[in-house]
Amino acid sequence: MKGGGFKAYAFIYLIFLYAPIVLLPIFAFNNAAIIAFPLSGFTTKWFEALGSEPALWDAAQNSLLVAVSSAILSTALGVFAARASTRYNFPGKAGILGLIMLPLVLPEIILAIALLVMLLGIGMPLSLFTVMLGHVLVCTPFAIAVLSAAFSALDTSLEEASYDLGEGPVSTFWLVILPLVMPGIISSLLITFTISLDEFIMAFFLAGTQTTLPVYIFSQFRFPQAVPVIMALGTILVLLSITLLSIAEYFRRRGIAKTGAKDTGGFL
Amino acid sequence: MASAGQGRRVLTPEAWGGLRMISPTAVYALLLLAVPLALIFVYSFLTDGYLTIDYIPTLANYTETWTSPVFEKVLLRSLWVSVAVTAATVLTAFPVAYYVSFYVEPSKKSIWLFLITIPFWTSYLIRVFLWLVILGYNGVINSSLMGIGLIDEPITAILYNANSVIITLAHAYAPFAILPIYVALEKIDRSLLEAGRDLGESPFMTFVRVTLPLALPGVVSAIMIVFIPVIGDYVTPSLVGGPEGRMVANLVQLQYLKLDDYPMGSATAVSAMVMVGIALIVGLAQARLFKRVYGALMQSTNAGLAFAAALASAAISLGACALAGLLLGGAFFAMVLAVAAGHLVLLAFLGSKRRARP
Repeated sequence: MKGGGFKAYAFIYLIFLYAPIVLLPIFAFNNAAIIAFPLSGFTTKWFEALGSEPALWDAAQNSLLVAVSSAILSTALGVFAARASTRYNFPGKAGILGLIMLPLVLPEIILAIALLVMLLGIGMPLSLFTVMLGHVLVCTPFAIAVLSAAFSALDTSLEEASYDLGEGPVSTFWLVILPLVMPGIISSLLITFTISLDEFIMAFFLAGTQTTLPVYIFSQFRFPQAVPVIMALGTILVLLSITLLSIAEYFRRRGIAKTGAKDTGGFL
Repeated sequence: MASAGQGRRVLTPEAWGGLRMISPTAVYALLLLAVPLALIFVYSFLTDGYLTIDYIPTLANYTETWTSPVFEKVLLRSLWVSVAVTAATVLTAFPVAYYVSFYVEPSKKSIWLFLITIPFWTSYLIRVFLWLVILGYNGVINSSLMGIGLIDEPITAILYNANSVIITLAHAYAPFAILPIYVALEKIDRSLLEAGRDLGESPFMTFVRVTLPLALPGVVSAIMIVFIPVIGDYVTPSLVGGPEGRMVANLVQLQYLKLDDYPMGSATAVSAMVMVGIALIVGLAQARLFKRVYGALMQSTNAGLAFAAALASAAISLGACALAGLLLGGAFFAMVLAVAAGHLVLLAFLGSKRRARP
């Protein structure tokens, strides 16, 4: 068969990529306090133990709050930047976009310490709000990547038609552009939500005394007896992420189909 | 009045519209990214008092950082680990990107890309932790190898050291390497490959002479997008690295959160970023040299020789860096700077001799 060797290699590579994720539920249902082979029977007690961890529920609530607000804010900022980069030419465009997209390649620890120094410098106390500020910084480039695909597929003649029919810039945006890019916006909201929910470094440096879910998970790794419960929590989180990303992918593709562009694939 | 008129002439209505549109995002990035980055640069020249910061600029943090044996060891390890991770991810990712771009049906391509990106978005911390389970003393690898009788006692060389950091990071950053290469491969006009075949080249030679040079921009961006975040990774070295696997980010975290010495931490971070910058310049210069040697030889003699010569030129300068590091120890940084300068001179020389491209 054509490309048989490559195909076999690609499948082996996928197994390598998914190996840790496949192990996660195995240990979440394994009836042993130590995470190692051989396995010793089926249990759901680690999932039941999740209910009796108040610190976990606090962290989950905090994470949810931060993730929802980061998703909304970074998607809103992403809409402005994606619209500007696909529709307009202006001086310094490459430089400005370069700065906005910088968090994509810069190590997160550099971003985190830089923000920490500034926030403490202006006397802002560390809280979930400062974590959200950091998360918006990290999420915005991803929002722009998703939204640019949606905005670049827009046909400018639709917009011109709207102007010719007497609509102003605001109502044109509201009535013509927004419905066309809506799938892209939903996809961006879901992706930025997932990133924020999973983000650790910013939260670790900027949360002060409040914890988010990843910070809680990281702190629990120090206690071997807590690890099976974390495996159960991880299983739930992975399922949640995969569901959200699948919905995001569905909307991203629908958005591209709606504007009639070719699917180039992938979020990045 | 005059300047306002000039401003109007320089900025067209479209330019105004664009700037106005991007301003919320740009202001956010300016205030929460550019200003803080400038601040750590400034901080790196200050001194940490007991409870206050001393505002007299000094180079003391830098002299302390660059003469510290701990910093040198950690930075060298970080660079080495990042180079290994980048090489491993790019080399193993290329065939996957190639398969998806050239052999997968167009309608199934986005499913493949989706499958490749999913692990990247899910619970980074827990994925890293699970590598402990895979590589550990009673882990998946050891228990299965002992089960089939290949080894008698567990391998300990793959946990709590730089090796385990490399394996885990190579896994975490795989999608980052696949996607840029895939995008570059997708852009290749398939009729060029047919032309290559029609002109009598074998499939392998068509790959070497047409596909590979055209995919090079994707490979370069894959290298950059993996190398920079990997060198600053905190989670992986602290979970699976053990004392022998600590990297720069662990040192920065220690200085910031444990020792509460922001100026020293800033100096460490700035120094590490400068080294990353230098390493990237050396790497990119190397890629340009590689391309030129490869291109020049490709036109005259056979391609196999060209490839070997280009690889040899890359190996020689990498070898020179490694040798300098081994022999000179403390003078390593000066040596790397010298190699970087040498590369830049060579590039400028080649650039001045460059023919006009068709």
